[in-house]
Amino acid sequence: MITSKCSKLTFSEIKTGSGLQAALKNKPAEVISILADSGMKGRGGAGFPTSTKWRFAAAAKGEEKFVVCNADEGEPGTFKDRVLLCDFADLVFEGMTIGAYAIGAKTGIIYLRGEYTYLVNQLESVLAKRRQANLLGNKICGKEGFDFDIQIRMGSGAYVCGEETALIESLEGQRGEPRNRPPFPVDTGFMGRPTIVNNVETLAWVTAILAKGAAWFKSVGTEKSTGLKLFSVSGDCAEPGVYEFPMGITIAQLLKEVKGEGAKAVQVGGASGHCVAAKDFKRALAFEDVATGGSIIIFGPNRDMLHVAKNFMEFFVEESCGQCTPCREGNHKILEGIEKLEAGTCSMAYLDELCKLGETMQLASKCGLGQSSANAFLSIVANFKDEILGRTEKVAV
Amino acid sequence: MANLNEDVSRAPKSMRAQTITGITDTTDIGATVRVEIDGKELKVPIGTTILEAARSIGVRIPTLCYHEDLCIAGVCRICVVEVEGQRTLQASCAYPITSPIKVKTYSSKVRKARRHILDLLLSKHYGECYSCFRNNNCELQSLAKEYGVDQFRFGHPEKPLHEVDASSYSVIRDMNKCILCRRCVRTCIDVQEVGVLEAVGRSDKTKIETFASKPLSEVICINCGQCINRCPTGALRANDPTDDVWAAIDNPAKHVVIQTAPAPRAGIGECFGLEPGRALTFEMNTALRRCGFDKVFDTNFTADLTIIEEGTELILRLYKALVKKDTSIALPQFTSCSPGWIKYIEHFYPEMLKHVSSAKSPQQMFGAVIKTYYAKKNNIDPKDIVTVALMPCSAKKFECNRPEMCDSGFKDIDYGLTTRELAQMISEAGIDLPNLEKSDFDDPFGTATGSGVIFAATGGVMEAAIRTVVELVCGIKVENLFDHADVIPVRGFEGVRYAELPIKQVGPVPDILKHLVPNWDWLKGATLKVGVCHGTANAKKVLDDIKAGGKFSECHFIEFMACPGGCLGGGGQPIPTNPEIRKKRAKAIYGEDAHYEIRKSHENPAVLELYSQFLTDGPCGHLSHKLLHTDYTPRGKYIA
Repeated sequence: MITSKCSKLTFSEIKTGSGLQAALKNKPAEVISILADSGMKGRGGAGFPTSTKWRFAAAAKGEEKFVVCNADEGEPGTFKDRVLLCDFADLVFEGMTIGAYAIGAKTGIIYLRGEYTYLVNQLESVLAKRRQANLLGNKICGKEGFDFDIQIRMGSGAYVCGEETALIESLEGQRGEPRNRPPFPVDTGFMGRPTIVNNVETLAWVTAILAKGAAWFKSVGTEKSTGLKLFSVSGDCAEPGVYEFPMGITIAQLLKEVKGEGAKAVQVGGASGHCVAAKDFKRALAFEDVATGGSIIIFGPNRDMLHVAKNFMEFFVEESCGQCTPCREGNHKILEGIEKLEAGTCSMAYLDELCKLGETMQLASKCGLGQSSANAFLSIVANFKDEILGRTEKVAV
Repeated sequence: MANLNEDVSRAPKSMRAQTITGITDTTDIGATVRVEIDGKELKVPIGTTILEAARSIGVRIPTLCYHEDLCIAGVCRICVVEVEGQRTLQASCAYPITSPIKVKTYSSKVRKARRHILDLLLSKHYGECYSCFRNNNCELQSLAKEYGVDQFRFGHPEKPLHEVDASSYSVIRDMNKCILCRRCVRTCIDVQEVGVLEAVGRSDKTKIETFASKPLSEVICINCGQCINRCPTGALRANDPTDDVWAAIDNPAKHVVIQTAPAPRAGIGECFGLEPGRALTFEMNTALRRCGFDKVFDTNFTADLTIIEEGTELILRLYKALVKKDTSIALPQFTSCSPGWIKYIEHFYPEMLKHVSSAKSPQQMFGAVIKTYYAKKNNIDPKDIVTVALMPCSAKKFECNRPEMCDSGFKDIDYGLTTRELAQMISEAGIDLPNLEKSDFDDPFGTATGSGVIFAATGGVMEAAIRTVVELVCGIKVENLFDHADVIPVRGFEGVRYAELPIKQVGPVPDILKHLVPNWDWLKGATLKVGVCHGTANAKKVLDDIKAGGKFSECHFIEFMACPGGCLGGGGQPIPTNPEIRKKRAKAIYGEDAHYEIRKSHENPAVLELYSQFLTDGPCGHLSHKLLHTDYTPRGKYIA
């Protein structure tokens, strides 16, 4: 379940079909304008304005267009999409339908994380109900020429398939590897057709915005990060779970709400995010400050930060697709470096070199995975240098 | 009819060339875009990549996974550049310019990143440059030098991690040297439509693998060696028999005969630092004698012989089908000289093998003639003859080891050498090839025609066949139809070509064919339809068109070459290869052809002598069937 500490949980207030009906009162271009007005930015973490993405896809030429819901929720420490799909799948599907109306798509695909297979039956029954209620299918809500339906496709467990172009490759039956960009999916996406790929949460908020209006959405959050956001909170706190908070909440405020005060560090944005030390807890969770897809992992005072870094790097060494050099080999080299640090055999010069390597990975990798996989390591080195250095070689007892 | 030259690439979209099509006229408003590269401004057509734009003004950007023949991968990241306003560096090979941008190609960020990438690649690249066949011809080695690699910052493997796969007669895979640029993968699936190689595993466990990690000899590899030509390092190489060849030369009891195919002479200069396109035919003859070969023959002799045998077979097929109404005859007839193509059809279209001419390739015909006719004539015991074939080809190594290729009673061809391997032998012998005096081939198999030479280029076999068929059937000089006997319609580099040749008049049946057909009247007024294609991806298009009853199903004769460009782009040719280099080699080949006094196979006096003295029952006769023809193995593509 989702907890909202500030007010009543937004999603529980939205009636099925209300967002879509509101959307259909407008022309497709006007729907996009409403979204633009709301300031909505993608909730997957990259923070790209949703309206811009849709406008590109709406303008792109293509025999057919696609709406893809990215439900390959694989970022360590993220589980909000699962909860959303369990409790509010209707809103997600409705967001896809609104997207289809806005860009002129006939087919929607939800790319569901392999581990969420157990949700399929439940989601199918939601889809069936929506078809019965004429919220999917032909002439949706009686609107002439508006035909759209949604199919569920399963992922197979590769983290990289959460990257939108790798997701599309996977949908097309290829090895899940990111494509070169440009061109972007809005222009050349699934089957070479214009495609919007949106995060589960983004689509649910789209429904909420259409139902409650852009002004409502803008009234919360910060100027550059409007609205509310779901956070998956885990780690060393008394009340982990999925929370709805306004954008711009500081880390300290959040820790207080979840009873995680006294934390030594917070990993914001999952394995590919940044490790924020206690001295920076006054920073805000917003696109203009500490950007996040919603994963908050709290590290209590007794956590070994080198071990934290190692854990993340092991994850990336496992999950890099192996396509581009910086990510394929770089993650492995950093992990080896961490092992050297553990053993007390990493020189300062080599640690420096590894940090430079991490910067190269951020700059030169092909996709977001490699561009962010060194983040955790770099921020832990920057914030906890004293803690990770000075270990002595383990002596066999 | 569908356009068979359309791109039907199976490569994932991430690997396709992502250029914007549709704008060809760059004077259109908006069709060009301004770009600033290292302070220099230029205009390029929209969709031009940064790499192409930079190259057009002489700015060098290093590349590894990029190759002119292949779709874009953008995976090695060595070509990254800084684009103003972009947070990350961009792979210049994969970045189509669609709006005005400013690019820096050697800023400190870029140099640092490139150096890191090189260091990372070297940390996994096991191999001592001394013992690598790509020493001094390795793209990784060159870049290490260019970027001043003076130490292995992230280590260097001290021991090989992978077993070398030397199971194939043709291609050896040493994954210890692989840098995962995936050029081989893209070559195999995209250029050749074979798909033997694929990336398997993730992250630093990624490896280029065959199906179920089987040895290359047990999968559907067609041995074309195109992957070798495009590998930037020494991870792929041909199975090299030079030690055995030297041993034969050094053994006084052995009579070592070499035949040289036409393509190597147009390429070998590149191994000695010459510009592509300078033929070293006669210098090479001298070098081969200096190396110690007892006789130096010209494969073109058996190329001419192939034209007679294969042409006769075609005439017989046409006669049986058109006059005798024999419905069991398979038409069109396919050429059989490219062993990569033969293995391709054996694997992928075994049901169409009856279309393939039973004539052996020129290489194998040569071996059979040497170990029978030549041995007898010169009173040499064939068991003491060692036949070596200089070929532009890695598949020829497999071909000469086919169990059925022993019709002389011995292994018809003992060793297949590639152009690269011969260059190695010549260097080892301390011979300065480009500056060597010229010398001719040895008799009797040194006499060849221009028709034999052009076998090296795509369309060459067809051109040679047309020259002969026109003269034998129409009774007129081919020059009356085509200026200088240059059959232009079948020349060129387009992947699939089609031509028609109306037979308006017929002449008398020449003596050599009299016992097979009574007259040519049945061909009068007919139109000979021919097809040409190169690269097995194009072969697939043609075969599928035939199956679907398309235009090519009405052809009479189709030339298939496994390699892009034909033999001159073969898997045994000097590295690198690209469209430009292949065009230059083709120019050299057609230049050679023009210089021959005799340019038609049926006028080759040595061939005519062979029929009068040895193969006395004529083309496609009993003895020629025993020695010069073969059959094929329907292999299928499913591996047990």
